[in-house]
Amino acid sequence: MASVLPFANGLFFLVFPYLAMFVFFLGTIMRYRKAPFTYSSFSSQFLENKNHFWGLVPFHYGIVAVLAGHIVAFLIPRGILAWNSKPLRLYVLEVSALIFGLLTLAGLIGAIHRRLTFAKVRAVTTPMDWIVFVLLLAQVGSGIYVAVFHPWGSSWFAAAVAPYLWSLVRLNPDLSFIVMLPLAVRLHIVMAYVLIGVAPFTRLVHILVAPNPYFWRKNQVVRWYRSPREAA
Amino acid sequence: MNVRSQISMVFHLDKCIGCHTCSIACKNIWTDRKGTEYMWWNNVETKPGTGFPTDWEDQEKYRGGWELHNGKLRLKSTGKARTLFNIYHNPSMPTMDDYYEPWTYDYQHLFNAPAGDDQPTARPISMVTGDLINIEAGPNWDDDLGGSQIYAANDPNLKGLSHDTQQQLMAVERLVFFYFPRICNHCLNPSCVASCPSGALYKRGEDGIVLVDQKRCRGWRACVAACPYKKMFYNWNTGKSEKCILCFPRLETGQAPACFHSCVGRIRYLGVLLYDASRIEEVASLPPDKLIEGQRSLILDPRDPAVIAAARANGVHESVVESAQKSPVYRFVKDWKLALPPHLEYRTLPMLFYVPPMSPVMSTQTNGSIDHVSEDLFHDIEEARVPMKFLANLFGAGEEAPLRYALRKQKAVRWYRRFKTVGDVDEATALRMLREADCTPAEADAIYELTSLCTFDDRFVIPPMHREEAIQMMEDPLEHKQGVGFGFLSGPKRGM
Repeated sequence: MASVLPFANGLFFLVFPYLAMFVFFLGTIMRYRKAPFTYSSFSSQFLENKNHFWGLVPFHYGIVAVLAGHIVAFLIPRGILAWNSKPLRLYVLEVSALIFGLLTLAGLIGAIHRRLTFAKVRAVTTPMDWIVFVLLLAQVGSGIYVAVFHPWGSSWFAAAVAPYLWSLVRLNPDLSFIVMLPLAVRLHIVMAYVLIGVAPFTRLVHILVAPNPYFWRKNQVVRWYRSPREAA
Repeated sequence: MNVRSQISMVFHLDKCIGCHTCSIACKNIWTDRKGTEYMWWNNVETKPGTGFPTDWEDQEKYRGGWELHNGKLRLKSTGKARTLFNIYHNPSMPTMDDYYEPWTYDYQHLFNAPAGDDQPTARPISMVTGDLINIEAGPNWDDDLGGSQIYAANDPNLKGLSHDTQQQLMAVERLVFFYFPRICNHCLNPSCVASCPSGALYKRGEDGIVLVDQKRCRGWRACVAACPYKKMFYNWNTGKSEKCILCFPRLETGQAPACFHSCVGRIRYLGVLLYDASRIEEVASLPPDKLIEGQRSLILDPRDPAVIAAARANGVHESVVESAQKSPVYRFVKDWKLALPPHLEYRTLPMLFYVPPMSPVMSTQTNGSIDHVSEDLFHDIEEARVPMKFLANLFGAGEEAPLRYALRKQKAVRWYRRFKTVGDVDEATALRMLREADCTPAEADAIYELTSLCTFDDRFVIPPMHREEAIQMMEDPLEHKQGVGFGFLSGPKRGM
C-alpha cells in the first residue's frame, strides 16, 4: 500500500495535470485549425424551448460563477484569505458559492432530464454528450459534497490547492499539500483533469469561442475581395 | 459619397400565380440536407395570412429588426448588453413548432406490409426523430386560405384597419388574397449581421450579398431572432445558422438565382443598384413617413457623371457601373417608383422590392357594374378588395401615398394599353389617366415592355462578379493548384 500510494499520487496529481493541459491545448488548437466547422454551441433550443430555459439558464449562470470563483482563488489566494479573515465575509462567500453550485446542479439535472424526455432533443444528442453529462454531474456533485462536508473551502483552497497549482505552473511540482486533502477533494481535482483532457473532443469547446469582439466591433460587417482603397 | 453596388431584386406581385416553383427550385439545390429540411430560403405566402414561420411579422413576439430609441437606432431583440444575458436562452427565438416538423413517408411499408385485408398506407415519419408523427403544419399550410378565420384573420398587417374593413376582407363574397413570395432581402442595414455575437455574418462588399461564415458561426442564434423577416434559419443538425445565399455560385457564373430562373410567372427581376453607403444609418433612422423616400434617395443614378466618378474612386468596377445603368430594378424602384420595399419600418433597408398587386374591384351588394367613365378614373383602386391600408402596412411602412401612386400608375398603363390594343378606351381618357398618374406615353410603353414582354436578359442583368479579384486576394493561388478546389472539404458533419 505504502509503495502504491506515491505512485498513484504521482500519476493523478503530476502526470494527469500536465497530460490534461497538453491534450487540451493540442486538441483544441488542432481542432480549430482542422475542423473549425465543428466549433459550435450545438444549441437545441430550436427543438425544445420551455425546459431549455429552466435547465440551461441556471446551469450556465451557476457554472460561470463557480468557475470564476475557482479561477479567482487560484489567481489571488492571498486576497481570498484576507477577505475570509472576518467570519461574516467568509460565510457570505461560502454560502454564495454553495448557492451557485446548487444552481448548477439543478440546471444540470434539468438539462439531462430534458435530453432524456424530448425525442427531438435526443435525436441531436451524441454519445460524447452523455460522457460530458456524466463527467459534469460527477464534478458538480463532488464539488457540492466538498462544499458541505469539508467547509471553508475558499480558505483551504487558497492555502493548499492554489500553492500546488502554482507549483505545477512553475514546473516545480510540490505534492505535499495535496496528498493530505480529504478523498472527496482529491477526487474532485482528478476529475477536473479528466474533464479538461476530454474537453477538446466534446461540445465543451464552445467555451473557448464565447463571443467577445461583439462588444467593440461595429454593427455591420462587410468583407471585400480586396479593400476598396487597394482596389482603386 | 461612399458608392457601393448592391445586387437588388424586384418581385412583380401582379404577375405572381403562387405556383411555388421558386421554392422547389431553391429546396432542390440548397436545403435538402439533414437539418435544413424545414428551411425555405424561398417561400410563397398567401396574404392576408400568418406566413412562415407563423406570425413572423409580429415583432412584439419575435423582436426582429431595429427600433428608434431616443432617436438612435438599436436592435429590437438583442442589444449588445442583452446579448450576454440572453446567450444561454434566446427569449424571442422561434422554435421548430413555429415552422413545422419536417416529415417524409414510410414508403417501404407499401412494399413490405404483410398481406392483409386493407390497403397498406405510407404513414408520415418525422425527419428529426424518425418516429411516426401526426402532421400538424407545413410551410404553406395556409395556401390560398384568404378569408380564413385561422390564418387570414390573424395577419399582423390588419393592424390599423377599421373593424368594418377587416370584416369585409373576411366576407365570403368579397374575400381576396394575393401571393407574397419571399427570399432574404440582402438588406443594407441587416439586423442579422448586427446581432451576430461571433461576427460570422457579413455583407459582401462588392455585391452586397449577406452570408454566414459557417466556420465562425457558433450557433448563438441571435440572428434568428434579429431578422424581422425570419429569413435566418438554424440548422439543428450542424448547430449553425443558414440563410439564402442569393445563389452566389450561380451569379458568379452569370446565371440567375434558381428561384429567379425558374419563375413561371416571370415576376422576378434582378440587377445592380449603386447606393451611398455613408448615409445608411441616417436613412435607417428617419421617421416612418420619410423612410420610403429616404431609401430611394440612397439609391444613386448610375448615369450621373459625379456618381460614376465616385464609384470609380471607390473601386466599383467599370463593368458593374455599366450593368447598373441597364438595371431593371433601378427602373422599377427609382424611375417609375412602382416597386416598394417590404416592411421598411423594420429599418433594415431591404433591397428586394415589390410591385404591389392590383386586386379585383369590390363588388357591391346591389350588383352594380363598375363605371369606368366616371370623373375619377382611379376610384376602383380605393375600392379594391385589398384595402389600401393593408398594402400600406406591408409595403409602405404604414404610408398609403406610395402605394396609391404605384397602383394608379399601373392602372393608367393598363388603360393606355387598352386604348392601344383593344380600342374600347379613347385616347383622351387614356392620356388623361397617364397624366394624372404621373406617367408619360413613353414611360407607359417602357413599363409595359418590361412587365409583359420581358425576356430573360431584360429581367436579369447580372454584373460580372470579378471572382478573379478574390483569387488575387489569396496570398498564393499556386498553393491550391492541383488540389480539389477551395473552401473546406471535410464535409459539414455535426461536431463531436
